[in-house]
Amino acid sequence: MEGLLHRKNFTWYIGRFFTHAILILASIIIGLPFLWMITTSIKSPAEVSMFPPIWWPETVRWDNFSKAWSLAPFGRFYLNSAITAGTGVILEVMVAALSAYAFARIRFKYSGIFFMVMLAAMMIPSQVALIPNYVVLKHLGWINTYKGIVIPHVSSVFGAFLLRQYFLTVPGALYDAAEMDGLGHFRTMLYIALPLARPVLGTLVLYLFISKWNSYLWPLIVTNTQNMRTLPVGLAMVRSAEYAIGPEHLMAASLFVLVPVLFIYFIAQKQLIEGIAAGAVKG
Amino acid sequence: MAVKRDSYIMPTRGVGVRRGMTIRTRRDMFTFLLFVAPNFILLGVFVFWPILYSLILSFFKWNMIAPKKTFIGFQNYQSLFSDPVFWQVTRNTLVLALATVVVKLSISLVLALEMNTDIRGKSFYRAIIFSPTFTTSVAVAMVWSWIFDPHFGLLKVFISPLGLRAPDWLWETEYSLPAVIIVLIWSGIGYDMVLFLAGLKNIPREIYDAALVDGVSPWQNFIYITFPLLSPTTFFLTITSFIGALKAFDIIAIMTDGGPLNSSNVFVYYLYQNAFQWFKTGFASALALILFILIMAITLVQNRLSRRWVHY
Repeated sequence: MEGLLHRKNFTWYIGRFFTHAILILASIIIGLPFLWMITTSIKSPAEVSMFPPIWWPETVRWDNFSKAWSLAPFGRFYLNSAITAGTGVILEVMVAALSAYAFARIRFKYSGIFFMVMLAAMMIPSQVALIPNYVVLKHLGWINTYKGIVIPHVSSVFGAFLLRQYFLTVPGALYDAAEMDGLGHFRTMLYIALPLARPVLGTLVLYLFISKWNSYLWPLIVTNTQNMRTLPVGLAMVRSAEYAIGPEHLMAASLFVLVPVLFIYFIAQKQLIEGIAAGAVKG
Repeated sequence: MAVKRDSYIMPTRGVGVRRGMTIRTRRDMFTFLLFVAPNFILLGVFVFWPILYSLILSFFKWNMIAPKKTFIGFQNYQSLFSDPVFWQVTRNTLVLALATVVVKLSISLVLALEMNTDIRGKSFYRAIIFSPTFTTSVAVAMVWSWIFDPHFGLLKVFISPLGLRAPDWLWETEYSLPAVIIVLIWSGIGYDMVLFLAGLKNIPREIYDAALVDGVSPWQNFIYITFPLLSPTTFFLTITSFIGALKAFDIIAIMTDGGPLNSSNVFVYYLYQNAFQWFKTGFASALALILFILIMAITLVQNRLSRRWVHY
């Protein structure tokens, strides 16, 4: 059958050629902005204002990075981003795991209704909630705090749904055995269900971390002093505040924000892509 | 109540295995509620309550700071519908959503079809093309602003040799929205391609083998087999991309500020401006509610149509 499907004649080679040509072209178009960002960040001001542009500077200007770092308290932004994204992920995964376990393993007559209500929440765009959430946080005194950045976005629909699907695939005998050994629901979740869900849990953690790290609109609204800004907000503020900032410094500063994300993507790329594909198809 | 009646019929404790609510089911109920409580409290406060509160706020005039809100009935909606900027923003949002969806889905479908062959280097291509999906949107907007630069931008390199004028993308009213659309397409292609690819993998191999025996051409293969059988994925992506584009904010906030002259202003950015720059809380709440109704309507239509249209 293989031979019949793919006879290596002239047409086959032409087809191959075009397939690679299209994919290479697409990769170049997608990749060029990244390359452009990196080469700009190591150019001198004179090399930046050259047309046609040069692709590689004569001398690599590493000091652009130290200059960019000093434009704003980037160390503080890093700390804020790491704290808010980190605690956000931990809390959201905990919330998701508890709900997922309840829906998968605990018998309750009306759990179907609860499940529908939870799924309905997925349809509500978070942009609609900007004003009400701001007002609620103001009443709580949480404006310009880590709590204010994190808590409104740790409820979980997607994560709970994903983990529930996974918990359902665990053989019931394992849960029965846990019960016989006297484990309550909470410890069964902690010691049986979650460890077995490790692959999907890992993908979920990375996915949540990246989306929290990247988020811009909510941290922009809820923070109002420089020392509380997260990296994306800080970066945007640098550009609007420093009028004379050169593209080379702006690109260097953008790389500060991107490096952790690109690093995670680089090591877990396969897992992330396949997780997205599987999650979206089943969800 | 059920427990009381049962205990009347069957007073002996321990025999009542079939009582309406055994101790065990009651304990399970409490455990269930305890487990879902964190999620439902958060969803209630930060997702469901905001819808109701937006509705309430949309009937008031309020600047978010003053302790007093003034009830003004439907006046916010009236001024919204008589606001020319609102209509321009609505038009921009729909143009942006339609253009992004059509172009992005067409390109990503072509790429997915090319990827669905047994060529080499597939995972390499996939890794590159998917990479913008997880890239911080603020940084994306930064580098694209620089690419669109009218004097030294990268895009000029490709436009100038064609003898065309390189526009000042972000500062000319006809080009600002297309610039935003280009960036959204660039960042969204990889995600759509991966989902199309997953959809293509779900089409049973045997159908193509049967078609091969019947001497079907590649083009007929696509029209009569691939495209119809891929329709669930296409439909899902069309709806989610459309809704996603209605919510566009980050790229616009960084690249154009909705300008020049609102030429690239969209729903969520206008909402942000009204709520958090001009403190017109009631007006912005009315705007939020319209966005909510629009997205709900699309989602409901999706649920209805996906049952009828899509070939599984």
